[in-house]
Amino acid sequence: MTKETPEIVVRGRRRESRALVKTFTFQRAMVRMAGLSQGLRAFREQAWDLFESLPMPDPKDEAWRRTDISGLQAETFRLPEPDAHLDLAPLDENLLSPLAGEAHAGQVILLPGGVRTDLDVSLRAQGVVFTDLRTAERDHAGLLEARLGKIVRPNEGKFAAMAAALAHTGVFLYVPRGVTIEQPLHSLLWGPGVGLAHISHLVIWLEEGASVTYVHEYASPTEEGGQTLHVGLVEVYVGEGASLRFVELQSWGEHVWNFTHERVRVARQGSVDWVFGAMGGHVTKNFAELDLVGEGSSGRMSGFYFTDGDQHLDYDSQQNHLAPHTTSDLLFKGALLDRSRVVWQGMIYVAPGAFKTDGYQANRNLVLSRQARADSIPGLEILADDVRCTHGATVGKIDPEQIFYLRARGIPEVEAKRLIVEGFFDPIMQRIPFEGVRARFQEAIQRKMQNLKG
Amino acid sequence: MTDALVIRNLRVRIEGKEILKGVNLTLPKGEVHAIMGPNGTGKSTLAYTLMGHPSYEVVEGEVWFKGQNILELEPDERAHLGIFLAFQYPVAIPGVTIANFLRTALNAQRRARDPEDKGIPIAEFRKLLKEKMALLNMDPSFGGRYLNDGFSGGEKKRAEILQMAVLQPEIAILDETDSGLDIDALRIVAQGVNALRGPNLGVLVITHYQRILNYIQPDVVHVMMDGRIVESGGPDLALHLEEKGYSWVREKLEGDSVLA
Ligand SMILES: Nc1ncnc2c1ncn2[C@@H]1O[C@H](COP(=O)(O)OP(=O)(O)OP(=O)(O)O)[C@@H](O)[C@H]1O
Ligand SMILES: [Mg+2]
Repeated sequence: MTKETPEIVVRGRRRESRALVKTFTFQRAMVRMAGLSQGLRAFREQAWDLFESLPMPDPKDEAWRRTDISGLQAETFRLPEPDAHLDLAPLDENLLSPLAGEAHAGQVILLPGGVRTDLDVSLRAQGVVFTDLRTAERDHAGLLEARLGKIVRPNEGKFAAMAAALAHTGVFLYVPRGVTIEQPLHSLLWGPGVGLAHISHLVIWLEEGASVTYVHEYASPTEEGGQTLHVGLVEVYVGEGASLRFVELQSWGEHVWNFTHERVRVARQGSVDWVFGAMGGHVTKNFAELDLVGEGSSGRMSGFYFTDGDQHLDYDSQQNHLAPHTTSDLLFKGALLDRSRVVWQGMIYVAPGAFKTDGYQANRNLVLSRQARADSIPGLEILADDVRCTHGATVGKIDPEQIFYLRARGIPEVEAKRLIVEGFFDPIMQRIPFEGVRARFQEAIQRKMQNLKG
Repeated sequence: MTDALVIRNLRVRIEGKEILKGVNLTLPKGEVHAIMGPNGTGKSTLAYTLMGHPSYEVVEGEVWFKGQNILELEPDERAHLGIFLAFQYPVAIPGVTIANFLRTALNAQRRARDPEDKGIPIAEFRKLLKEKMALLNMDPSFGGRYLNDGFSGGEKKRAEILQMAVLQPEIAILDETDSGLDIDALRIVAQGVNALRGPNLGVLVITHYQRILNYIQPDVVHVMMDGRIVESGGPDLALHLEEKGYSWVREKLEGDSVLA
C-alpha cells in the first residue's frame, strides 16, 4: 500500500556525546525477602548482586546504539509504598468498562501497592493459577520457582537484573496439562505517579496440551513534573502441544521510560501467537525473543505501534529456531507522527541442525511527518541447511494516489489519511481478542491522527 | 446551461508537456456522451483533470458545473458537487473494507451538503449497499473485502460502478470501465449504469470499443485526437470508427489544416 522504499540503515552511526547516566538509588534492603521460600530468596539475592555489578547499557552497544537513555533521571525513582495507589491518579475505569460486557475467565488488576484478582471457580478447581506475583510467591512458590529466571536470566542486562531483584508486582499464570480455557484472561498493570518505579515480572506456564488466550495491558495517565519508570520481565513457557495466544498492549503516559525483556520458549509441537501493541511511553526499549526449542514448534509475532510527539520506541526482536521443523512469522507495523522515532531490529537465528525451518520477518513503517524517523534493520543468521528464511523492511509514506482516490469520492484529505492509516493497522488489530480493547486502541489511533494536518 | 458540465478551451500540462490542447465539450445532464480515440491522446488526462488530480496542471480554460468553475475546487469538493470518476486503474486501499469506505464517503458527501447531517444510519446503509450490490450481481460478502485489494480486473471495474450506484453522482466519467470485463460482466455493468440513467445524470463514457455502446446508448460520440475533440456525431460515428479505425479522421484533420 505504501510507496515502498527499503531503507536499511548502515550500522556504525554514533551519537555525538552523551552525559553519563546517573545511578539508581535502590538499596539491597528493598529486595523483598520476608515470607519468601528459600529458592525465591536465593534467586532475588543473586539478581541483586548482578544488578549491582552490571553496568548501565553502553551507548556503543549495538542493541543500545539508537536509543539514548542519557536523559533518564535514574536517581529520582522510588518503589511504591503499600497502598500507594490510594494517593495516586485512580484507575481509569474506561480500561475495564469495555470489557464488562464481554466474558473473561479471570482478571488481575495490578495497582501500585495493591491488587484485585478474580478467577472463574471451575478453572481454579482444575488447578489453573492466575494471580498476582505476591500471592503466587506465597501460595505457589514451588511452581513459580520452576520457571522464574529460567527463561529470561537476570544476567542479560542491568534492567533484567533490576526486575528480577526488585519486582514488586506481576502476574503468574499456570495452566495445567490438557486444560483449555475458553474465555480470554485479562490483566492490567496500572502505573500512575511521578518519580515511581513500577517493576513487574510476568510468568506464564502452559503445561502439555494446555490452551489459553491472555491479554495483558500496561497503562497510565500522562503526568507532569518528572519521569516514571517501568522495568519488566516476561517469561513464558509453552509446553508440548500447548497453544498460547498472548496479547500485550502498552499505553503508558508520555512521561514513562519503559524497559522490558521478554522471551517465549516453545516446546515440541507447541505454538504461540504473540501480539504487541504500543501507543504510549516516552522511551521504550523492548527485547522480545521467541525460542523455538522443540521440534515442530511455531510462533507468530505481530506488532503495531503509533508514535507521536517526541516518543521513542525501540524493539529488538529475535526468532531463534533451535530445533528442526520450526516455523516463525513476525510482522511489525507502525505509523509515526511529529518528531517521533522508531527502531526495529530483528534477527532470525537458525541453529545448526535446525533443518526444515521456515522463518519470516517483516517490518512496515508509515512515516506521516517529515521529522519522524524509522530505522528498520532486519537480520538473518543461518547455521543450518535446508531452511527457508525471508525478510522485508520498508519505510514509506502514504501513497498520494490513495489519497486522491478517496478524495475523488468526497472524503476530505485528513479523513482520507485517517482511513488509510486505520486500514494499515486493521489486519493486526483483528488479532486483539477483546472487542472493547480493540476499540480503545482504534480510538487511540484516531486521537493521534487528529494531530495530523492535511 | 447550468444543468450541464461545460468544458471550455481546456489546456493541460503534465510534467511540462502539453497533453490537452484546448478541449471544448458540453455534457448536459440526462445525456450520455462517449469519447473515443487512440491510445495516449489525453482521454484519461481529461478525466483526471476534471476530478482534480494534483499532477495535472491546467494552463488555460474553464470547466463549469452548477455555476462554479470546478477547476478552482479540491477533488473532494468536486465530488460533493456530484462529479464522479470511475478510474481506469483503481488503487487498492488495504485494510479498508468496501462497506466502511463507502459509508465514510457517503457520510462525507451528506455532511458537505448539510452540516447538520448525522450520517446514514447503519441499518439503512446496509440495506442500500445490499440493494446496489444485487443490481450489479455482486455477492454480499464483497462488502467485507478490502477496497480493490487483490481484486481481479473485472471486480475492480464492478466495484467502481457499485460506488457510483451508492454515491449517485450527477456527472459520471467512466474511464474505460469496459476494458477487462468479460461479456457477461460487461452486460451487468452496462445494465447497472443504465439503471442509474435519468434526467439527473450526465455520463461521459471513455472507451476504445463500440461494444459497450450497444448496451449504453450514447447521445453523442466524440473523437479525441492529440489532445483535442476533433469530431463529434451520433451513435453511428462509433460504428464507423469500429469499422474504419482512426486513419480517416486523421486524414480529414490533415486535409482541414492544409486548407486552413
Ligand atoms: N503521470 C504522467 N506522467 C507523464 N506522462 C503522462 C502521465 N500521465 C499521462 N501522461 C502522458 O500523457 C499522454 C496522454 O495520456 P492519457 O493517459 O491521458 O491517454 P489516454 O488517451 O487515456 O490513453 P489510453 O487510451 O491508452 O488510456 C500520454 O503520452 C502519457 O504518456
Ligand atoms: Mg486512458
